[in-house]
Amino acid sequence: MSGPMGGRPPRGAKPTVANPGKVFKRIIGFVAKNYLVHCIVVLVCIALTVFSTIQGTMFMKTLIDQYIMPLMQQTVPDYTDLLHAIIRVACFYAVGAIASYVNTRTMVYVTQGTMRNLRNELFVHMESLPIKYFDTHAHGDIMSIYTNDVDTLRQMISQSIPQLINSSITIIGVLASMIILNVPLTLLTHVLVGLMLVVTKKATGMSGKYFVKQQKNLGEVNGFIEEMMGGQKVVKVFCHEEENMERFDKINEELCDSAYNANKFANILGPINAQIGNISYVIIAIVGGALAVGGVGGFTLGGLASFLNFNKSLNMPINQVSMQFNSIIMGLAGGERIFKLLDETPEVDDGYVTLVNATKEGDTIKESEKRTGMWAWKHYHKDTGVTDYRELKGDVVFDDVDFGYNPDKIVLHNIKMFAEPGQKIAFVGSTGAGKTTITNLINRFYDIQDGKIRYDGININKIKKDDLRKSLGIVLQDTHLFTGTVMENIRYGKLDATDEEVYAAAKLANADSFITKLSDGYNTMLTGDGANLSQGQRQLLAIARAAIADPPVLILDEATSSIDTRTEKMVQDGMDKLMHGRTTFVIAHRLSTVKNSDCIMVLEQGRIIERGTHDDLIEQKGRYYQLYTGNSIAG
Amino acid sequence: MLKTLGAYVKEYKRASIATPFFMILEVLMEMLIPYLLSALIDNGVEKGDMGYILMIGGCMVVIAAVGLFAGIMGGVYGAKASTGFAKNLRKGMFDNIQTYAFSNIDKFSTAGLVTRLTTDVTNVQNTYQMLLRMCMRAPVSLILAMVMSFIISPRIAGIYLIALVILSCILAVIISHATKYFNAAFPKYDELNASVQENVSAIRVVKAYVREDYENKKFKKASNNIYNIFVKAEKTVAYNNPVMQVTVYTCILVISWVGAKMIVGSGGALLTTGKLMSLLSYCMTILMNLMMVSMIFVMISMSVASAKRIAEVLEEKPDITNPENPCYEVKDGEIEFDHVNFGYNKGADKRVLNDINLTIRSGETIGIIGGTGSSKSSLVNLISRLYDVDEGSVKVGGKDVREYDIETLRDEVSVVLQKNVLFSGTILDNLRWGDKNATDEECMRACKLACADEFIEKFPDKYNTYIEQGGTNVSGGQKQRLCIARALLKKPKILILDDSTSAVDTATDAKIRHAFATEIAQTTKIIIAQRVSSVQGADRIIVMDNGRINGIGTHEELLASNDIYRDVYESQTGGSGDFDENGGEA
Repeated sequence: MSGPMGGRPPRGAKPTVANPGKVFKRIIGFVAKNYLVHCIVVLVCIALTVFSTIQGTMFMKTLIDQYIMPLMQQTVPDYTDLLHAIIRVACFYAVGAIASYVNTRTMVYVTQGTMRNLRNELFVHMESLPIKYFDTHAHGDIMSIYTNDVDTLRQMISQSIPQLINSSITIIGVLASMIILNVPLTLLTHVLVGLMLVVTKKATGMSGKYFVKQQKNLGEVNGFIEEMMGGQKVVKVFCHEEENMERFDKINEELCDSAYNANKFANILGPINAQIGNISYVIIAIVGGALAVGGVGGFTLGGLASFLNFNKSLNMPINQVSMQFNSIIMGLAGGERIFKLLDETPEVDDGYVTLVNATKEGDTIKESEKRTGMWAWKHYHKDTGVTDYRELKGDVVFDDVDFGYNPDKIVLHNIKMFAEPGQKIAFVGSTGAGKTTITNLINRFYDIQDGKIRYDGININKIKKDDLRKSLGIVLQDTHLFTGTVMENIRYGKLDATDEEVYAAAKLANADSFITKLSDGYNTMLTGDGANLSQGQRQLLAIARAAIADPPVLILDEATSSIDTRTEKMVQDGMDKLMHGRTTFVIAHRLSTVKNSDCIMVLEQGRIIERGTHDDLIEQKGRYYQLYTGNSIAG
Repeated sequence: MLKTLGAYVKEYKRASIATPFFMILEVLMEMLIPYLLSALIDNGVEKGDMGYILMIGGCMVVIAAVGLFAGIMGGVYGAKASTGFAKNLRKGMFDNIQTYAFSNIDKFSTAGLVTRLTTDVTNVQNTYQMLLRMCMRAPVSLILAMVMSFIISPRIAGIYLIALVILSCILAVIISHATKYFNAAFPKYDELNASVQENVSAIRVVKAYVREDYENKKFKKASNNIYNIFVKAEKTVAYNNPVMQVTVYTCILVISWVGAKMIVGSGGALLTTGKLMSLLSYCMTILMNLMMVSMIFVMISMSVASAKRIAEVLEEKPDITNPENPCYEVKDGEIEFDHVNFGYNKGADKRVLNDINLTIRSGETIGIIGGTGSSKSSLVNLISRLYDVDEGSVKVGGKDVREYDIETLRDEVSVVLQKNVLFSGTILDNLRWGDKNATDEECMRACKLACADEFIEKFPDKYNTYIEQGGTNVSGGQKQRLCIARALLKKPKILILDDSTSAVDTATDAKIRHAFATEIAQTTKIIIAQRVSSVQGADRIIVMDNGRINGIGTHEELLASNDIYRDVYESQTGGSGDFDENGGEA
């Protein structure tokens, strides 16, 4: 059965594996971890199947030599012995057939189960990886692990490995039987098998070379197609069709050429080996015939019949092994990439300050089992052994923070700022000034190189990451929605929210009016990252999603950039309500969003160059003033 | 569908016919071998006739050689025909897509087109190759083996026939069940991958809301579903092998019994030991080939969907074609909309443009403003005939756009699209999309006009800087300026900027507009923008609302008379306009 379709073929991936033995061992280990018993059953079954097949072939010899020949001498043939023999063989066959069924059926569980475990493990591990991993790996490459690599591995586990085991056992069994039948003929067979192997090696080598080239050309063609389909409208506008066709023709021809050669050598391998097999059959027949005629070493006609059959059964597994060779290498290469992802270090979290529900009695804060609407940081001091509670307020302080995505390339320098609970802090500055980066430090998407960030007076490194992030609501620059209903998407912010809470959040973000106009209202399915919504509508949903989480600190990163100015005016209302009483960090390019901030930070090249209220900054006549008045230059 | 696809075999027709021919030849040779072998044993070995043994042996070697030749040729031609067919399909699709109008492109998604050109073609190629090599070979070898068996012993051949019928019935049941399960499973599998994709791109949201466990649970549930469906499907297929084995084994046993009785009973007259052996080997051939035929069915049924998708692309007729006697000259940059109605879905009554009447003089600068969905882009897309009007007419230079040669028209009407792309290649390569023969100086001048020179000069490789696919190594604002420069190189009579400076800061935006006003004064300029400041200085401003022109006039006129315009203006000025560069890196 061919594998599931879809997903692109690996780009110019040359199937080379750095350490095939180690990867192979690990794959086997992974399979055996959950399916050791199954695997043993499969092994036993394969052995039984092979054994019964060999028994069946051996029966040919006995059928002719021990039954038919003697029976022909008898005047009144007595068939009871033959019947017994046939029943005996039938038993062997029955065992073989049952074993074969048990084998394939068990393999279904082994393969599919292993694939499921592998996928789950991959996914769970992926979710635990730091943001940095996703920054440094192309999303297409990560996807290719789930589609292509898992698939090649499936092929290898379900087909190649069992086939290999089956073939090896068959080859050994057949060889042993052949030796029992006739030693010189066995040697002769060996010579011919050797010839077959040489040819196989040569042909796979040739086709392998072209397969690599084909893979490379395929990558080029796919890349070109992807780029041009994406820009097809631009192609039309610039009347670039002819040039495109020419370029495509060229790479398409190249691909055809390498694909032709790769397939050619793969195709002719079969017939060549089959005919070598046939010739070996003929040679054995001639030599064996001569031996049987001469009666050399008690070799009989029945013996020859069996031997010839063995000869044929030997050709088959050898052919199969050679065919599995390429897919094993591909499987190993896929396995290597899978393990590489599994070996990535997950996000470290040694925070121990946790967020708990609390109640306040007088001045003391007590932990509570129930949801109280009040939260507190539970701080256990190791040195003193004392646990204290501090109310969650949303006070954020940056103390001389340096940060770089690469430790040796600092992009933020000496960031100092503070936000008191309920304050609104805005960041302005040109692209790449570091606005988004700062907000990504608060929720510890990235860890700072130097300095300290304190949240309610606690160093954020001491806070458990999950709890830290739960206390921060964030609306990101790129809106991402999930496959599911509108309701589910809003509820993403608070999984146990009631329908009423969802409606309230949507109303707050002014999303309610457009949602109710959708075909199924709140139950409208969103697919493909909300492709059926406009950019502005998606942003409104993202705001509603943040609103329902009801966090004390909000980060709005260009949350309203795609909403046109007239609609934004309406959203602004909701946003103001949302921001009320929360510490809010705002990144925006629209003055209306920024102007009423308690403090505006002007960033340039990773440094805060100006800070103050709107009026202060206008007074200063610095960069902010420049940017602000740039508005009035009209052409 | 078959006819559409079949037409693309073209120059590979010969190879496509030769392949099955050689495969049949190979089968014939293969069939002869067991037959000769039985002769070899019966007449040679049993009688001790060494001369006969050598003669037949020689024949067999010759036959093996012919078989080898046929096999190799079949393999070579099969590879040639299938890869060539795939090449033609790809070329056919790609070339046809190049003729598509925007409306055709809208119909297929970009991702859809890519899949059709890549994965689907590969599927069809593999099936085609197997079809050529096996489709004739398997049935022919099955029939031949059957015939040979009949020649040797009709009675035993009868047993095969019965086995064949029983086995094909069982296989048919298994396969139809399995394909049903598999067809249900594959979409689920695609869904699972789509959800991984979603998680990869939205990882920041997942982490920000601490939803890792939630997502894990969701994924595990989905992956468990897949597990269950696939186990069901493969469990059905798991019957294949044992059923096959049981049939083969039963045949062998029955033949052994019947054959032995025949040999002994007739004293070797009806059947000989040698012939018995040939029969056994034909038995394997027949049943193996039956298995092969069933596999062919499975493969075909799986690639039918791919073939359909390919045929759709090939059969799609472009909505816009060149007129019969096209006009190759555009007189000037005058534009006239005459009672224009337009909708993206023909027949549907949802119009996006309603009764548009508008005349733009050559050399005029026009600003267009309006909320999202007010059909600003739709309006300008009609000018370069990216879409055709439903009713009324659009005239450029005094002539209906449908009378012009499309290439001529689009060279004179240069559009900078809202969703624009740069292509992989150097900056110069990208600029020369506008004019293939542009000199370096011309390119630099265009960049200067678009204010792109300032940042290009800062790149270490300047104009030879390599732009990555999709322009990922330049910022949004830089990309927009490069796209404007590229459009300028066409030296068009009409230049349309569709929200093309949204990511450029206000000061640079003003500089670009200033350059336009002085350097290309003769060109008609249409500027769509969100920012009032971008259109404020235009000769006339059009306010679009809900597919209609809500107002036309100068900035002052509109401020006085148009509510929407005043609204937008007020919301943006008085300290609430656009502040700086839009967007930024995530």
